[in-house]
Amino acid sequence: MVSLFDSIHSLGDLVKLVTSIQLFLFFCLSDVSCNSVAQKIYVELNNTVPCVRLLNATHQIGCQSSISGDTGVIHVLESEADLEWPLSKGPNPPYMVLLESSLFTKSIMMKMKNASSRVAGVVVVQKTSPPEFSPHTTCPNENTGVYTETYDHNLAHCNTTVWNPRGNGLSYEEFDSPVFSLKEDNETEVIKQCYFDHNRVVNGSGLQYPLCAMQLFSHMHAVTDTATCMRRSSMDFSTSPVMVCDPLGGYNVCAFIRPYNSTAFGHKENESVVIAAARLDSRAFFLEDSTGAEGSVSGFVTLLAAAQALREATQEAPPTRNILFAFFHGEVFDYIGSSRMVYDMKNNMFVIDLDNVHSILEIGQVKTCISINVWTYKCMDIRSNNNESVTNLVKNLQSSTAGLNFSLVETDFSQPLPPSSFQRLLRARAIPGIVLADHQTDINNRYYESFYDNAAHLNLTYPSNLSPEEQLEFVTDTAKSLTEVATAVARALFKQAGGNNSQVNKINADPKTVTQMLYGFLVRSNNSWFQSSHQANALTYLVQYLLANLTGTATNLTQSQCKKPDELPNESTYLYSYLWVQGVVPPNSTQRESFCVRTAVRLVKAVSPAFDLGDYISKEYSTWTKSQWKFIKARIFLVASRDLEMLTLGVGVAVLFTSLLVTYFVRTKADVLFSSVREPNNAAY
Amino acid sequence: MTAAVFFGCAFIAFGPAFSLFIFTIAKDPLRVIILIAGAFFWLVSLLLSSLVWFIATKATNAQDLTLQKNLLIFGSIFSVILQEVFRFAYYRLLRKANEGLAAISEEDGPPLSVREMAYVAGLGFGIMSGAFSMINTLSDSLGPGTVGMFGDSQYYFITSALMTLALTMLHTFWGVVFFEGCERKRWWVIAVVLCVHLMVFSLSLLNPFYVASILPVYAIMLLMAVWAFFSSGGSLHNITLLWTCRKSNAETSS
Repeated sequence: MVSLFDSIHSLGDLVKLVTSIQLFLFFCLSDVSCNSVAQKIYVELNNTVPCVRLLNATHQIGCQSSISGDTGVIHVLESEADLEWPLSKGPNPPYMVLLESSLFTKSIMMKMKNASSRVAGVVVVQKTSPPEFSPHTTCPNENTGVYTETYDHNLAHCNTTVWNPRGNGLSYEEFDSPVFSLKEDNETEVIKQCYFDHNRVVNGSGLQYPLCAMQLFSHMHAVTDTATCMRRSSMDFSTSPVMVCDPLGGYNVCAFIRPYNSTAFGHKENESVVIAAARLDSRAFFLEDSTGAEGSVSGFVTLLAAAQALREATQEAPPTRNILFAFFHGEVFDYIGSSRMVYDMKNNMFVIDLDNVHSILEIGQVKTCISINVWTYKCMDIRSNNNESVTNLVKNLQSSTAGLNFSLVETDFSQPLPPSSFQRLLRARAIPGIVLADHQTDINNRYYESFYDNAAHLNLTYPSNLSPEEQLEFVTDTAKSLTEVATAVARALFKQAGGNNSQVNKINADPKTVTQMLYGFLVRSNNSWFQSSHQANALTYLVQYLLANLTGTATNLTQSQCKKPDELPNESTYLYSYLWVQGVVPPNSTQRESFCVRTAVRLVKAVSPAFDLGDYISKEYSTWTKSQWKFIKARIFLVASRDLEMLTLGVGVAVLFTSLLVTYFVRTKADVLFSSVREPNNAAY
Repeated sequence: MTAAVFFGCAFIAFGPAFSLFIFTIAKDPLRVIILIAGAFFWLVSLLLSSLVWFIATKATNAQDLTLQKNLLIFGSIFSVILQEVFRFAYYRLLRKANEGLAAISEEDGPPLSVREMAYVAGLGFGIMSGAFSMINTLSDSLGPGTVGMFGDSQYYFITSALMTLALTMLHTFWGVVFFEGCERKRWWVIAVVLCVHLMVFSLSLLNPFYVASILPVYAIMLLMAVWAFFSSGGSLHNITLLWTCRKSNAETSS
């Protein structure tokens, strides 16, 4: 007798059977590696960003997982009080804690760090921005700037001004469990659905197995500090050494207005250069997620616009002094790029040296600002010509702002310089210079060196009905104010380089270029303007090609000639570099109009001099390295109860022993059991 | 699902086959050869039938799910038929070989009876069939996760192992019965074995409705065990003899 309930139950089972077959076949046949049980068990998460391990001369920071991954039962944290469950109350440790970005605070992370036996890892889901969050230290680059203990005790270690008062130092903590970051997308929905289906506590009763769990793999090869990992890297005796960690760094982008022979290093007689500097990089807690809109992008976009503005004027009436546009990479990690350039200059490995440098103008953090603050370095030296040069520079800058929509304020004498590349140059030689920034005392950035320093923080708002291409062209307010700053900077540089005063008012930055650059670097880099320069994603190459496009000249060379221009009579690779630019797609065709651009832009290797010198415990230079790893992945699955596993094992052992006994018994009694046919054989049947 | 499940399922699926091998086959090299050759024959039959299925799936629309499911069923039925065909082919081969072996043997008559060869050949088929059913699943049971994310039952591993055990034993019994039927020229036995094999296959289609698939398969296995026992020379009289023998042994020793 089959009751109605049983028949509905079996119908439900039948439906489940059919759906599961269909689901299985769908997953099965849509993929080449099909019919695998693994596909019924695991769901791989593809869009994850891990926290990786970084090392310097004394510490290791970042996160590490065990070599076979860390598994934990998923727990979605709802508030700080909810931490009780994974830390003490929960019955199935270890837990994998899933947080939203508003709960990603130092106190919660520290509590989980201390309970590492119960917390297998942390996953942060990027949702809403918290009101303020800066994982950087309160005193950035405190040991590698110009204010050391020996220089002035009062100014060292941020004793006068704490540059990043909101900093909680989370980026510089060490975690021995993996921390991953996920965006809010389909994969996160799958995780939350799994959690709600299996892991929710109902009315205080115990959780029913199977539970939803997650496994994170992010095993880092390097440990302890840079010296240890460099020693381990070189210990391999094979021909191709296996590196355990890589020094951080990249390339600086440099461009002279009047290029020099790139093979002639050292001092250049009678050459005086004004350096215009900006920094390229930024960081976040999750290294790949760094955006740095206010921190770095605003600065180097302004400098790029200034470089474009100066192009016409410097070609018509070249000024007496040369101008070097320098974009430094790796500044956030103890000034890698600028220390490298200073080292090269001191050791005759760069086309100019420190004697050739006349003055420096650095663009720091600039946002939508009404007033820009001019930070000057007041020299303790009794020789006053430096102070005079600085005053001249400030005067040039002040006069350049005439007719523009912002004002220049000189900061108080007692304030030290903010963290900037200028500090590294000052460490080597007292060169006159100024730093432009939009803050008066501390760096007024709520999201300094964090993931939330993005387009929204820079107030890049576009009207909602625009297509991506229209957004690219739309001039935002931010772009307008940055253009003003760029114009002022360009004019000041021109005057500082001894250019003709009558030409100054013709120098104007282009707001369209500025807004296109802001859109490309902060909103979508896959736009038509960036694609027409270079189809690359790396920041350095984008800046290189942009600078080339903005300051170089287009030539008629073909692609093969562009690769080897020395064969042509008028071209020289000593002075210029030749880059093949993709070009725009004209409206009536599909082929890009590519061309070869002759430019003075060069990429200069920016790796800390500590690695050239082999001094891995250097206090002078940056010693930051990044660990290597084999693979990084994350996956979710269900885990069964211990009881079921032990039951399976028990049944297996019982079956094995029973079958051994029965077979032995049957074999010894075989002649009795199977007696109807007698065979003369030597093996017992 | 971790090492406990791995070993548990491995013991369930391969424990009886392993003990049969250890106690009845390992000592005699000729039996080992016949076992391995039998496994090879089963493997060739699987290869040919999967070739047919593979061509069929590639030639048709991969997105049509019901068609693919039907092709899978068709392929499996074809495989079952081909397995029985190869069992018959192996029987013929062994008969021929047996005559040759008898000629070169030192003793009077063939070294192995047809019954022994039947049992060993069936076990060979069973072991290979079990290996192919279970090894893939076993390797995935070592990881930390268990089946269930997409709505499957969490008893997947245990039931796979139980089915594999049943299938191995069934192949052994079918081997015994089949060869005995061929020897006695009872061709209806072949048809019955084929039908039972098809019935077991169709029962396995009822997964994950495990109650409806595993219990009937075990019932069929018991029936086949009884049939194989009787067809290989056993009888109820022998069992009672065994029982009284033990009793008398127990009496004399006590």
